[in-house]
Amino acid sequence: MNEDRARLRTLFLIAYIVFALLPIYWMVNMSFKTNEDILSSFSFFPQHFTWANYRTIFTDASWYSGYINSLIIVAINMAISITVALPAAYAFSRYSFLGDKHLFFWLLTNRMTPPAVFLLPFFQLYSTLGLMDTHLAVALAHLVFNVPLAVWILEGFMSGIPREIDETAYIDGYSFPRFFLTIFLPLIKAGVGVTAFFCFMFSWVELLLARTLTSVDAKPIVATMTRTVSASGMDWATLAAAGVLTIVPGAIVIWFVRHYIAKGFAMGRV
Amino acid sequence: MSTTTKPVNQKAWWLVLPVVICVAFSAVLPLMTVVNYSVQDIISPERRVFVGTEWFASVMRDEDLHAALWRQLTFSLAVLAIEIPLGIMLALSMPARGWKASAVLVIVALSLLIPWNVVGTIWQIYGRADIGLLGAMLQKMGFDYSYTGNATHAWITVLTMDVWHWTPLVALLCYAGLRSIPDAYYQAARIDGASKFAVFRYIQLPKMRGVLMIAVLLRFMDSFMIYTEPFVLTGGGPGNATTFLSEYLTQKAVGQFDVGPAAAFSLIYFLIILLLCFILYNWMQRVGAQDKEAGHE
Repeated sequence: MNEDRARLRTLFLIAYIVFALLPIYWMVNMSFKTNEDILSSFSFFPQHFTWANYRTIFTDASWYSGYINSLIIVAINMAISITVALPAAYAFSRYSFLGDKHLFFWLLTNRMTPPAVFLLPFFQLYSTLGLMDTHLAVALAHLVFNVPLAVWILEGFMSGIPREIDETAYIDGYSFPRFFLTIFLPLIKAGVGVTAFFCFMFSWVELLLARTLTSVDAKPIVATMTRTVSASGMDWATLAAAGVLTIVPGAIVIWFVRHYIAKGFAMGRV
Repeated sequence: MSTTTKPVNQKAWWLVLPVVICVAFSAVLPLMTVVNYSVQDIISPERRVFVGTEWFASVMRDEDLHAALWRQLTFSLAVLAIEIPLGIMLALSMPARGWKASAVLVIVALSLLIPWNVVGTIWQIYGRADIGLLGAMLQKMGFDYSYTGNATHAWITVLTMDVWHWTPLVALLCYAGLRSIPDAYYQAARIDGASKFAVFRYIQLPKMRGVLMIAVLLRFMDSFMIYTEPFVLTGGGPGNATTFLSEYLTQKAVGQFDVGPAAAFSLIYFLIILLLCFILYNWMQRVGAQDKEAGHE
């Protein structure tokens, strides 16, 4: 009986993995084909196997600089999001203060604003500040949805740490910054890792704002990809290769945080 | 937030201040601009007329908007109804430790890391009957499948794409929640002779509540704002079958360049999400509190 259930579970998992991987396989498959191959016939494997699409990306500066720009944007965004979210999450998890519940929900509401709403105002705001087409502009714009999420997740992790730890440290004469950096932060390492992954993910894949706020110098890869739609039709093959390469950095990030996720977090909220 | 007594400390505001400044800079300022536009008719940069609530009234009467709103609600509810149970099931069947756990985690997370426009593009090919795997398979099985020609097919394809794209988010969060349950809980349940369902209902589900709340709210708001993927896949068509709210808004703002009505629309849109999330948030908090009380008895 129990074995049957375990087998059923494995079967379900395998079915899901197949469902999850097939579109990705199709993309990888396309990335090794030529455009003619992709559009002319249906085939499980590339008929004329080629590295040309990847070569284009690695040799053409307008392609590979997209990856560099994306990484810079995401790094700035992650750094700011986590730095400002840490103390705020601590405040929410440890103290009650005037308007705390409202403030918390207000933060979440910013995660609910459709990016399309922000397009025009952002464009004007950053033009006025002279930040257009800089990495900082996109990184700042992405704070709208990443900071609330970072506060939310970190608060959950912090609430899981008993308050006695703080109190003992204060009695032992630790100052707040020293306690926070040397004792508290190591305790919520997993939370920081998981938060970093979520910030990375949402900033890495966002297109609408990134495309609006950049033109040449800071253009992230997602925006570069929209370029493949040109007069000569869609350059499917290069797009597929670029798509495959966009997964790589994220896969590395998830590889680093997998232990934190596997260790588990329940979110001490509610 | 935790209901246990927390010390009152108004100085905590200082810790929250950086976040407030950041978010105010990148959200409140732009939002004010939108409010400003929503009450004006901008004829040219120099000539603008205050029109009061006229745009709001005209947007509220817009039949196309009502249709898009219903389509959006149906879509978001379908997303939640499929992705949340599927994500929980997936989390329950993922291996707990060892290299298999690592491998499955990475594989499951892959679809989250693909830029949204690429997701749309991949599915565009993937669903084509002549050169795409999904389309070809369905065609072989005897379905006359075409996401560009048939409204129902297009809608289901967008939904399937969303399930493929975002179920991993729910699964990862639930998985993390499940892994935080100490083995002692399971041992105790085994001694009590609890059924699988009882273990799920009284141990696993309560422990997942925090992460599930994040998952449900995130999925709800993000699916309500979905834009890039259906735009790339179907462009809102065929007809209006997959024109969701964001799509419709962008058509209005960019296509017809109606800044005023588009701004009014944005605000109404935002308020709808806000209201629905508020209801969802409070409902989940209440359910959580009741569960906790029941547990203490």
